[in-house]
Amino acid sequence: MRLRRDVFQAIADPSRRAILLLVASQAMTAGAIAANFDTARPTVSKHLQILTACELLKQKQNGREIYYHINAKKMKEVADFIESFRQLWDERFNKLETIMKKYKPQ
Amino acid sequence: MEQKTKIIAEDNKQELLITREFDLPLELLFKAYEEPEIVEQWMGTKVLKLENKKHGSYQFETTDHKGNKVGFGGVIHEFSINQKITRTFEIENAPFGAQLEFLEFEKLTEDTSRLVMHVVYKSVAIRDQILKLPFAQGLNMAHNRIQEIQGNNSTSNQNN
Repeated sequence: MRLRRDVFQAIADPSRRAILLLVASQAMTAGAIAANFDTARPTVSKHLQILTACELLKQKQNGREIYYHINAKKMKEVADFIESFRQLWDERFNKLETIMKKYKPQ
Repeated sequence: MEQKTKIIAEDNKQELLITREFDLPLELLFKAYEEPEIVEQWMGTKVLKLENKKHGSYQFETTDHKGNKVGFGGVIHEFSINQKITRTFEIENAPFGAQLEFLEFEKLTEDTSRLVMHVVYKSVAIRDQILKLPFAQGLNMAHNRIQEIQGNNSTSNQNN
């Protein structure tokens, strides 16, 4: 199983991040998710398959329909620590940028 | 909004990529890495030594909020002005060992530039540990803050 490894690849893709963002607001069927994108339905299905495989999304049967839910626990696990690391560097680089914008060569 | 600083850290790899686009001409971005006084300002550290040349070395020192001094530094393998810096980096007295850093500076337009930092660690476990440090520190700070608040409350209770 190489699922664990794919989590970061999964969230690195902008379309998949958009799907996560969409599903975060409410559970949706694959059809409803696809309706929000210009991409072909099979492409969206592929994204959903990847997101489900690495447990960022969970499927729940509701009657005849399958709803996709966000797996909050998994999202937190992945997002939080990378985000803190990113913010640390972002702040550092913002500072660099501010300082150099004011820089006057002697 | 597109993030200016991006981290690419794939699972089970002992490396990561940090990329950042700057609203700065390439020359100014590079200068921020070259001039000790400027490094001190944005890194928030003291620069004890910075030899910008092949086989040169560098040594920085920060002081934490408790007054403890933390030293870090490494050796420089390659120093090409406005292009790249290859160096090692190590925090003194930390269990992580040395890491290898490839810094590449690129001109995007006359007024914008990009830095790509490719960092290679000794192992996957060490990379993950370092990646989690700011998060863990954030948790610690929150925890300490809660303790401080609780501490203050109990003091004021005693005063009552």
